[in-house]
Amino acid sequence: MTETRDPILSVRNLTLDIPVGGGTLHAVRGIDFDLARGETLCIVGESGSGKSLTSLAIMGLLAPRIERRADRLEFDGVDLLKAGPRKMRSLRGNRMSMIFQEPMTSLNPAYTIGDQLTEALLLHRNVGKKAARDRAVELLEKVGITAAASRLGQFPHQLSGGLRQRVMIAMALMCEPELIIADEPTTALDVTIQAQILRLLVDLQREMNVAMILITHDLGVVARVADKVAVMYAGELVETGPAGAVFGQPTHPYTRGLLRCIPVPGKTERGAELGTIPGIVPSLVGDVSGCPFRTRCEEAVAACRGAIPLRHRSDDAHAFRCVHETGMATAEVSA
Amino acid sequence: MATTTDPLLEEIQGPTPGQLLRRRVFGHHGLMIGGGLVALLVVVAILAPVLAPHDPYAQSLLERLQPPVFLGGSWEHPLGTDHLGRDYLSRLIYGARVSLMIGVIAALISGLIGTAMGVAAGYFGGRVDMVVTFLINVRLAMPVVLVALAVVAIFGGSLQVVIIVLGLLLWDRFAVVMRASTLQVRGREYVAAARAIGCSTPRIVLTEIMPNIVNNLIVVVTLEMAHAILLEAALSFLGLGVQPPTPSWGLMVSEGKQMMLFEPWLVMIPGIVLFLLVLAINLMGDGLRDVTAPENRS
Amino acid sequence: MIKFILKRLGLALLVALTVSAISFSLLFMSGDPAAAIAGETASGEDIEAIRRIYGFDRPVLVQYWEWLLGALQGNFGESYYFKLPVADLIAERLSITMTLGVCGITFALVTAVPLGVAAAMRPNSLIDRAALLLSVMGQAMPSFWFGLILIVIFSIQLGLLPPSGSSTPIHFIMPTIVLGYYAMPAIMRLTRAGMLEVLSSDYIRTARAKGASEVRVMFRHALRNAIIPVVSLAAVQMGFMLGGSIVVESIFALHGAGYLAWESIGRNDLPTVQALILVFSGFYIVFTFLADVLNAWLDPRMRTA
Repeated sequence: MTETRDPILSVRNLTLDIPVGGGTLHAVRGIDFDLARGETLCIVGESGSGKSLTSLAIMGLLAPRIERRADRLEFDGVDLLKAGPRKMRSLRGNRMSMIFQEPMTSLNPAYTIGDQLTEALLLHRNVGKKAARDRAVELLEKVGITAAASRLGQFPHQLSGGLRQRVMIAMALMCEPELIIADEPTTALDVTIQAQILRLLVDLQREMNVAMILITHDLGVVARVADKVAVMYAGELVETGPAGAVFGQPTHPYTRGLLRCIPVPGKTERGAELGTIPGIVPSLVGDVSGCPFRTRCEEAVAACRGAIPLRHRSDDAHAFRCVHETGMATAEVSA
Repeated sequence: MATTTDPLLEEIQGPTPGQLLRRRVFGHHGLMIGGGLVALLVVVAILAPVLAPHDPYAQSLLERLQPPVFLGGSWEHPLGTDHLGRDYLSRLIYGARVSLMIGVIAALISGLIGTAMGVAAGYFGGRVDMVVTFLINVRLAMPVVLVALAVVAIFGGSLQVVIIVLGLLLWDRFAVVMRASTLQVRGREYVAAARAIGCSTPRIVLTEIMPNIVNNLIVVVTLEMAHAILLEAALSFLGLGVQPPTPSWGLMVSEGKQMMLFEPWLVMIPGIVLFLLVLAINLMGDGLRDVTAPENRS
Repeated sequence: MIKFILKRLGLALLVALTVSAISFSLLFMSGDPAAAIAGETASGEDIEAIRRIYGFDRPVLVQYWEWLLGALQGNFGESYYFKLPVADLIAERLSITMTLGVCGITFALVTAVPLGVAAAMRPNSLIDRAALLLSVMGQAMPSFWFGLILIVIFSIQLGLLPPSGSSTPIHFIMPTIVLGYYAMPAIMRLTRAGMLEVLSSDYIRTARAKGASEVRVMFRHALRNAIIPVVSLAAVQMGFMLGGSIVVESIFALHGAGYLAWESIGRNDLPTVQALILVFSGFYIVFTFLADVLNAWLDPRMRTA
């Protein structure tokens, strides 16, 4: 929806279909976005909205049975749709890397931290073991791990969850990638650790000027770190734009609903009820048409069953999909 | 409201658990084939006196080693005769009785021993568990075939002795599986709830634990039946199991071995039947495990 | 780790002691050992004399203690039949059984592990189904019958392999296949199940995200973790196989320890049978002990504990 000059990652009309017992699950439908170097894009949505699948689709790590289609899927001039397994392997862990949600299970229990940290570097770069270990120590220090050199000989089970996630971050940075995808990197951690890890991730991203996709369902996180926001609902991008615009003028009823759910210190009255969005996400198996949010939307009208237009707010980069011009039925009546 | 598409209502009006189970059972090829074959052999064993064309013990030295029909023999003896002129088909049919009886009774004895030990170990834990685990280790360390052969040799090879010896030897897997299953169930809330309202231990074991591990028990029963049948055949083959002239399939293979050079069918036929019976029981067991596995109950 | 090994060693010794007691008690289950030695024609006085010579008139526990002390020093008494030291008889035969056992487990591992990995890589594919068929058949196949079929085909019909004896390596081909096929299904199923579980784990996805090749993912990242339980199973199977070699050795007339056991049972030669039970149990105990230690070493969570 948004055009960025010289994007490093460009996605147009990304669609993911999963064959299931009773037909086809249309898990992701028509995703568009661009990302430039040094930018952070936050993809927000509830579980099952297709955030993680979208990131795996970019990395080429989808299960073979999932069908991936797109009009464009380009990483720094490389057409990922046409890239074969060998080409994708040379990009993964090298120029694009990923940090997963579960630090407890994302490290191989059979190998030392050092082995796992150096693996990507040894695979992609023509460096010796010594140089790779030096680089690993350097990065471990950078992600705030003390006694970095002695950690190399340790096994994952000897580290806490927070430390493991720091190791995962260091591992993702080994080859100085141009794109980092972090899939809910703090969800599995203690609240106090969450803030530290997030701070670290954002600082490193700024320092190294890499493009980052941060997947989360925590809007508080988004408000603090995002340059751009993409709100996903049931496999579709319902609203996207610069972080300031989306938070300042949330337009899609779902985005507005989401924002009502977060308490704001000083603004939300003590004892006042927080907002909720009642209802359940529709099934995405079989034909999916119209707005997926209409079953839970307060503004829903008959037209929501049909094609949903893409609309722009004053700022051209801020776009949303809704039948209502301003995302509100009342406004349309008055117009 | 004649037609409704409310998903909740559809769920309510959907198939009952019984219907689902039946659907799973009949949709499972292995279970159907295995179960069908086992059922067939059980019927054959029960109706042996009706089905067998001849007396399985009747010798006729004039009709020794007649080939089966498909090798040019006569329909008088469809599967030929053995070295003493006994009708091979009739011996095969009566042999099903021996194999099935051994399988069922030995699995019953070892099942009782192993389940009692396993459930006790899993439920009480601590010392009881230590002792049971130790006994399992001891039992596993003893070479089954050798010990069974030695004990059968000491007490004489009769059907009863073979059954009892196998029953006393094959309880290990019951104990292992039942211990693990009980451990799993013991921690559940409904067991804690039963204890909290003051149920007695036997009552908790019988009404809360057993119903939830019985599916695993059934699977082990089938596997150990197959195991016992194979072992009996091996013991009899080695000449230290069921003694002649009892028609045991293992014994028939052993007797046929002497003439294997000229009449290989004497070895092939009882072997194939034995193989099929064990295969069928194993397929049934695997099928039962698939069908009753909790992850498949959707 | 050292604490674990010591604990495990203690258990192994305790199991061995219990097995020795059970195997010793076989002697007394069999009735009067003096009469067995004397033979059927002996008079009552002869039997009494033998009872005194062999010390059967002393308390059972004393006899067990002496037998156990002897066994620990490699003295299992004298064979009733050969009138030779049992230890010498067994030592002479053991190399054949060990050769057979090692060949058998090697054959089982070499066929089962690659098949299990291949089946796990492509679930429900042709190779997965073929592997399943092979394992289902292996579990139902009586090994004595399988051996006879091989003899009928390869010795009698084709004349390719010798049906019995142990003089050349070729003699071991069919026994190895029969014994190995007995252990194969369980190893294959465990490899397949373990690989399937490991392949769906998060750290495999991490490895792929690093750009590791499929071969590297399979063998370095997945198999390394999936093989740990297979090692234990292989040790257990090896123990079972040595105990089960009695059947295979009797079919192929391999004069190993299993064959000796079979003959000795037929001859009521109880000292030999007792000693063999103890020896086979000993092998099982040693193998499972070594496997547990190896396992602890393979699994960093246990190694560094």
